Amino acid sequence: MMALAAGPTWFGVPLIELWFVALFLTLAMFLWLDGTNFGMGVLYGLSGDHETRERILTALAPLWDGAEVWLVVFGGALFAVFPDVYGGLFSGYYLLMFAILGALIIRGISPEFLEQRDDQAWRRAWSITFVLGSTLAPFFLGMFAANWLVGATSTITLPGIVVGLALVALTTAEGTGFLGMKTAEGLDDSTKLYGQIAQVAYLVLAVVTVAYLHVAVEGMGSKTVHPFVLALVGLTAILGLAYIYLLRADYYRPAFIVSGIQLFGLVALVAVLLFPVIYPVTGLTVFEAAVSTLQLKMMTVVLAIFLPLVLLYFAVLYSSFAGPAEPAEGY
Amino acid sequence: MIDPVIASRLQFALTTAVHIIFPAISMGLAPFLVYFAYKEMRGAGEPWVSLRRFWVKIFALTFVVGTVTGIVLEFEFGTNFAAYASAVGGIFGGPLATEGLMAFMLESTFLGILLFGKERVGRRMYFLSAFLVALGSWLSAVWILIANSWMQLPRGFEMGTRAGQEVAVIVDPVAAYLNPRFFYMFTHMQASAVLAAALFMGGIAMYKLTTTDTRRRFWKTSLKLAIVGMLLTAPFMAVQGDSYTRHVYETQPQKFAAMEAVYDTESSVPEYILAFPTDVTELRDPSSRQLFKIGIPGGASFLASGGDPTATIQGLDDMESLQGVEGEPPVAVVFWSFRAMVGLGVWFIVLALWAGFRWYQDRLLDDKYLRRGLMYSIPLGVLAIEFGWMVTEVGRQPWAIQEVLTVADGVSQGLTGGEALLTLLGFVLGYALLLGLWIYLVRRLIIRGPKPSQSADTEVTPE
Repeated sequence: MMALAAGPTWFGVPLIELWFVALFLTLAMFLWLDGTNFGMGVLYGLSGDHETRERILTALAPLWDGAEVWLVVFGGALFAVFPDVYGGLFSGYYLLMFAILGALIIRGISPEFLEQRDDQAWRRAWSITFVLGSTLAPFFLGMFAANWLVGATSTITLPGIVVGLALVALTTAEGTGFLGMKTAEGLDDSTKLYGQIAQVAYLVLAVVTVAYLHVAVEGMGSKTVHPFVLALVGLTAILGLAYIYLLRADYYRPAFIVSGIQLFGLVALVAVLLFPVIYPVTGLTVFEAAVSTLQLKMMTVVLAIFLPLVLLYFAVLYSSFAGPAEPAEGY
Repeated sequence: MIDPVIASRLQFALTTAVHIIFPAISMGLAPFLVYFAYKEMRGAGEPWVSLRRFWVKIFALTFVVGTVTGIVLEFEFGTNFAAYASAVGGIFGGPLATEGLMAFMLESTFLGILLFGKERVGRRMYFLSAFLVALGSWLSAVWILIANSWMQLPRGFEMGTRAGQEVAVIVDPVAAYLNPRFFYMFTHMQASAVLAAALFMGGIAMYKLTTTDTRRRFWKTSLKLAIVGMLLTAPFMAVQGDSYTRHVYETQPQKFAAMEAVYDTESSVPEYILAFPTDVTELRDPSSRQLFKIGIPGGASFLASGGDPTATIQGLDDMESLQGVEGEPPVAVVFWSFRAMVGLGVWFIVLALWAGFRWYQDRLLDDKYLRRGLMYSIPLGVLAIEFGWMVTEVGRQPWAIQEVLTVADGVSQGLTGGEALLTLLGFVLGYALLLGLWIYLVRRLIIRGPKPSQSADTEVTPE
């Protein structure tokens, strides 16, 4: 680890470091919770089974809107605490940001609109846009994260594409575990196979990513062989194998949890490789980029009060809809 | 290629103008839904169960489109206005982040229960969910308007440096965030949202009562509650709007001068009700001498000063806030938007009193002109909100933050005209489609009407 520059502390808490962690925590919450919905959207496209498709729509209907708000909070937190990074990243990857928004718009409205009419052409059209949005959203988000990490000055980059695909794979694995939890009679073999293929693909792509960073990205050579990074990669590999075992043995909830830990591991990897830099394009560090101490303190109060409440809302929401989803359920 | 500043302006204007439709309706419907859910929880049976179920469907469609179009706005401060984000993020970003954590999280999670959880949670928890969704949507407005009011009346900060750039640094959070403008804006916005939703609901109910014979009790209840909503808000908005305008005159004279098209500082300024250019070159100045116009002598002076028809109003040409910056507010847009908003507001008062009177006479459905008036007014409340926001946002041009940062200086440095044009065209097409689909689906729900009550625990009342 690099020597830490001194940032302001409040009751012993280093505020800037706290917000760096909080920022990536909100990103991870978004990618974990909504990633599950993206993954189910991918499975919706892969599955030809009418009942499975209906179950997917039932399962994600009450959950996606709340999950998407984690992205709003991520954007808001970046704006509030590291405004130069927010402006630099969002304007730097201008078209990519609108691609993410476009994918999220069609992913969000498609299932809602699909349910409004019964005729086949209408439902087919919104099915296609739903799958497209669910697949492209994690892909573009992965591109964004990779470009951010390597300080890319163009939008379409090799690490961007690799991490984009890795995120599609990982969210598909997550979605498979979650769909298993929602299916009373257990997943059929082909769906389980999709989950396993996705997991293997993720492991391969994750290793390729770290190897690429080690070899090809300036300043990452020593960071990628730091014991913590190597431990994260090792943990991801072990969890990937555990996931495959658990899915085959129909332990869906543990499989879902395991893939969730992998996702948090991926976001942690990005954060660890970045720190203390937060905007590699200009080499800006978190300490240079953070807003005034007064603003940091106020935002910390907001976070301390509302983060536990928000986690409570999600606990209420997910427990209200716990257990298998019936395909025909709705309002 | 197009100037990225113009493309970014147009894109932000378009995406906000489309977005505000949805939160305005959902925030306005929210208190009605809470009332329906309350009645349902207390076991009042029909028509409350059907009312809750039907209007929640409209609310859900509206909310979903509001969510996806709202995220776009938050991103645009970074994509198109990166320099703005850097300069004021240390103040302006806080309320946006807080909105997400405090308000949006609350409404979006409990919305899941409100829409899909009727059979999964108890009746009290279900009512609580409806209440929390409504609370969340109103808290959202609090934080968004705290941020916006600071753009109009920036206070509580000083200029400092961060990473070599000159940026606004917060020094007095109370002055910055509990800005006097916020209280005017919040009251105005929330009352207008309830009014817009009442006009929407009342017009739809009248349409159904006129065109079908089914579920009359359901639609009559909707209509009567909508009239109550109109009576509570429409006259109130005239009084509140008057004091709001006076506050704008005192604190943001540039906007008031644009609203009244006053270029030269004058006393005894008339309030023009109509003003038409006789010459197209005079289009930018609707009150200029070359125009045909009808005005109330001393009216604008009277309104601005709160009673003195001879009061002096500072003109745009003498406005300190416009010295040394390029551009001035597009006066015609502000002037006409203000008149359109006020004109609609007067119509809503007439409509509310008229409907209230017919209800009192028990002849609510007998008056052909009232029926038409209500039906044609379905979208007018939302339209008035659009005009109001145009006055607010166009009236402070060329400033993004009044007298601190211009819109042109806030645009992202590296943004090219080509990129900005591409996304602008994408939004024109995409949002036209989105708006069209929303109208189509809401219309379809209305034409089909509420399903007969089928739930086992509620009484079925044949009507």
